[in-house]
Parts: sequence; C-alpha cells; structure tokens
Amino acid sequence: MTEMLKIVNLHAEAGEREILRGVDLTINEGETAVLFGPNGSGKSTLLSTIMGYSTTKVTEGEILFKGEDITEMTVDQRAKLGIGMMMQRPPNIYGVRLGDLLNATSGKNSGIIDDAPKFKMERFLDREINVGFSGGEIKRSELLQLTAQKPEFILLDEPESGVDLENIDLIGSKVRELLYDGHGCGGSAQRHVSSLVITHTGQILDYIGADRAYVMKNGRIQCSGRPADLLKDIKEHGYGECAACQTIKL
Amino acid sequence: MPDNQTVKEALNKKGAFGEDIDLERYEDGTNAPEFVEDLQDSEYQRYMENVGVVSDEINRSGTIMFIDNGMSHCSAKVQEGLEILSLKEALKQHEGLKDFMWNAMDPTKDKYTAKTYLDDADGYFLRVKAGHHIKAPVQTCMLINSNKSAQRLHNVIIVEDGGSLEIITGCSTANHAGDSLHVGVSEIYMGDNANLSFSMIHSWGKQTNVRPRTRCVIGKNSNYSNNYVILNPVGSIQSFPVADLGAGSSATYNTMCIAHEGSDIDSGGLVNLNGVGARAEIMSRSISMGGKLCARGRLVGNSPGVKAHLECRSIILKDGGSTVAIPELEAHVADVEMTHEAAVGKIARDQIEYLMSRGLDEDQAVSMIVRGFLSGSINGLPEALQKELDAAIEQANLGD
Repeated sequence: MTEMLKIVNLHAEAGEREILRGVDLTINEGETAVLFGPNGSGKSTLLSTIMGYSTTKVTEGEILFKGEDITEMTVDQRAKLGIGMMMQRPPNIYGVRLGDLLNATSGKNSGIIDDAPKFKMERFLDREINVGFSGGEIKRSELLQLTAQKPEFILLDEPESGVDLENIDLIGSKVRELLYDGHGCGGSAQRHVSSLVITHTGQILDYIGADRAYVMKNGRIQCSGRPADLLKDIKEHGYGECAACQTIKL
Repeated sequence: MPDNQTVKEALNKKGAFGEDIDLERYEDGTNAPEFVEDLQDSEYQRYMENVGVVSDEINRSGTIMFIDNGMSHCSAKVQEGLEILSLKEALKQHEGLKDFMWNAMDPTKDKYTAKTYLDDADGYFLRVKAGHHIKAPVQTCMLINSNKSAQRLHNVIIVEDGGSLEIITGCSTANHAGDSLHVGVSEIYMGDNANLSFSMIHSWGKQTNVRPRTRCVIGKNSNYSNNYVILNPVGSIQSFPVADLGAGSSATYNTMCIAHEGSDIDSGGLVNLNGVGARAEIMSRSISMGGKLCARGRLVGNSPGVKAHLECRSIILKDGGSTVAIPELEAHVADVEMTHEAAVGKIARDQIEYLMSRGLDEDQAVSMIVRGFLSGSINGLPEALQKELDAAIEQANLGD
C-alpha cells in the first residue's frame, strides 16, 4: 500500500502552548482514518497543522505527503499537492462570493456552478462565503468547495456537527461521493480518496465507512483499532476508561 | 445670496477639512478648449475610457465633456424630458436659473466655492423634467489638460418630481497635466418621488489636488445614491458631499478608495435627515497602500422615524501611511434609529489562509478579498465602473 500521509513525531504549538506532543500516524492511499478524542486533546490542531494554517507552529517532527516533506510548505502548496480540508468553523470571508471562489478554484467551464443545486447551494452562489450561513449551510458550502477542488486527501473536522437530521443524509452522501468512485450500487464503489475524519458521534461513519480509528489524548495518539469497536468502547466507558487502550497498544 | 464683497472675503477661508491649497499657485485653465466632435477619434479617448466614460456612447443618453474650464463636447440623443447643456448655455435658455442656482451651495462655504462663484465658472447643466425616466445613463467627463492649472467647474443637476436619472462622471488629468487643481462645485436639486444615481470615477495625477463641493437638496419620497471611486495615485482629495433629505426620502453614499504612497485622501459625507421617516446609509471601503486616509461620515437625525447607518471599513496593506475613521451620529429627536460601525486593520490571516487552502496563492487570495471588499459595498455597480474597478485592482498589485 502506498503511504499517502505519514506523520513522524510531530510536535506543534498553538498560542505558544504545546498542543501536539509527538504524533505518529500513517494513512495509506484510499484509506479512511477516524480520529476520536476528548475535547482539547489536539484533534483539530492536528488537522490544522497538516493543512499548514499559521495558527499552529511545528516545533519538531515532520509531515510527509506522497513521500514529500511538506512540513515547511505554505497552505496553498499543500492544497495544490492534493490536500483539502473541511473546517468545523470556517471564517467569514467578507466580500468574496461563493460562486467567484468556485470559479477561481475549478475554472469557469468546470460545471461546478451547475452542481450547486445538488448541494442545495444555488441560492448561496452570490452570497459572501459563510456570512450568515447556518451550520448545515456551512457544511454544504465546504463540500461544494471541496468538490470543485478535487483533493486526493481530505481532512474532515466534525462534518456532522451542527447539522440537523434533514441535512445529515445529504452531507453524508456528498462526503461519500468525494471519497468514492461510483455510487456503490452492487458493491461497485471504489474508494480513491484518502481521508482523516474527526467525529464525536460517529454518524458520518454510516456513510463513508472507515478502515482504522485512532484515539487522541493529551496531544498524542494513544491507541488504535477498528472504528466500530473503538466507538462502542468510548460510548460505553468514555475516554477515561478506554477499553481499547488496555488491549491495543501502538 | 451674499454680495460679492462677502464672497471675496471668503477667498481666504480654508476648507473645513483637509490640507489647505494655495490657489495662487495655479494658472486659470483655458475657457476655450479644442472642441471634440467625435469622441472615438479623440486623443482624449483613453483618459475617458479609464474613468468609465465610453467613447462610442452606446447605452448612454448623452455625453458632456469639459477640458480645463470650457466645454469641449456635448451630445444628446433625442430624448423627451432631458436637457444636457453647458451651464452658460442653460443660463441663456432659462431666465430663472440665475436666481435658482447657488441656493443649495453657499458660495462663502470656503475659498474653493468662493473662487468658483466669483469666476462665474461654467460647468454642466442636466435637467430631467417632471415625470420622465431617462433609461440610459448620462455621462459627464472632466479632464485637466494644462499643467500647473486650476480647473473650476460649477455643475447644476435638476431632477424634477417623478423624474429619474443615472449619471456617470469620469474625471481625469492628461499625463502632462499632473500638477494641477480640480474644483468641482455640484448643486443637485431633486423634487418629490424622484430618483438619481450619481457615480463618480476619478483618476488623477500624482500631484493633483482635488476639492469637490457637492450638495444635494431632496424633496419627499425620493432616492439619491452617490458612488465615489478613486483607485489611482493622487496628490490630495478632500470631499465631503452633503445631502438634505425630505420626508420619506433616502440617500446612499458608497465610497471606494485606495490611498497609494504620497496620496492624501479625506473623503466621506454628511446626510441631514430632515423629513419624517427619512433613511440614509453611508458606506466607505478604503485601502491604504502607504498613503493617508481619512474616512468621515456624519448622519444628523432631525425628525421622527429616521433610520440611518454608517459603516467605515479600512484595510491597511502597507505601512507608512495613516488611516483614520471618523463616524459621527447626531440626533435631535428621540424617535430615531441610527447606528455606525468602523473597522481599521489588516486582512485577517485566517481569511487569506482559507482561500489558500482551496489552492489560491497568497497574492490571489489577498486580491480576491480586496476586490470583494471594495466592490461588495455597492449593489448593481454600473458595468463600466465594475470593469474599471477590476482593472485598477489588477494594476495596483495588491498582493505585495
């Protein structure tokens, strides 16, 4: 299996406080990895550090993407290599209309604007990005932008948070379409895009499946296992008594 | 009307805001410039097009052009209810105009209005007769063509009851006339149930000093919108147009400006909400590229049911200049709803990086945010203005 993302002994600060304290993680081509962990454990910081946002600063270790060291690369260099991110709480981009950004990322003739109704976003193309959007609208906007971007590796930070029950099916389906070739009828779907997904509820796993799950605590990956098993343990015992940690040591 | 002696005394009166200009430093621009028959075959075409004045005049109701202090072109499609004339010609045709003008603007306001009054300056006269809707915009152009000269113009715009008009005004200097002074006194009179959209695009020389003086007196249930754009380097601009609103009327001011290194831009506006239920919105979007910026706005609520909002936002892209936002609200009755917002600073890093995470490089991301920041304040910009805005942003290399 080809390694898509390889993180080695990653230490990173946010606001001059060390958040990541030696993260090691490998995700292979076509693999979906899930990241569990209590609030404040460093999950979102890890995703921001992989994307290269300046809110975090790497102090030690390295991030390799398709074998290339991207630790010092700018955000756009990483995006151009094929990394995309769906943020949990993206900033308001005043003055920039969603349609203009879609055209800038995928080209005016890409047909992405015509796809907007499939994301229920046709009325938002002339709106400033994220300004006044509801939780579900933000997620649908992020997914439409990622569809325009066509990344090979997607960071998904709590894709189901703040989404009502009516929208969760649409969000889940669109995330699935990003990751898979075909629609999965008759077992024909092939996952071609890798991802690292943060989820608290596990709802998104009903749509995308996952190959491996990791639990993050205190800025480190504490343990890993099958996603369904880990989620069950966490739901039953919480993070303080993670049964998986007793049996599956990294 | 003040007597001439009183106006002469005002020749020493400095403007309320902005750097004082020594009027003696400039020669008077000519009153008899070359007459331009065909705008498309004119050496001035490129200057006009740069400020949104189209030389083929397609989709325009007419064009009036002044070079220095004299009219050099005037064309109007036959359109009932519209008059496009030089002010001097209008004074010949309308006997009462002499007493009518200089009511909105006090000639003793400052040295710039006083000098324009005493010079008996020419300018354009636009009139929409009652009940007429002029579909295509009228364009006016003011060009300074003589170095070390002063251009002084007096414009009168009248939109009578139930009339509507859109004006696009482009002002510029020829390349060889950069060290110059522009004073444009504009008086606007709007009746009841009238509409006027007045867009000004300026592109001056690096040493040009600009002192427009505009006052708009508006009747009942009318709508006035004033758009002002200056994106290229200029010596100094000080502009503070005033609007007086009658009952149920509205005024919208949109200002977009970039202060380059060496430029000093002091812009804004005052709206007096005099009538019951009058509404106003003053929006300012400015960018400092190392120049001096002052964004002023003043709303005065004088009647019940007034609603008004003022917003000054400035982005600082380069150090070396200064940026000041001065929003003012003043109310004289209890039943008013008046608000303001002001923000000065750099573009938030998280916004730039968000766009970069979609694959745009940093320059592209900054440019996209700046373009949106500037044009986002105006809904339904005239196409010419939008094109000029886009071109100027490209040239400004805002990603530095």
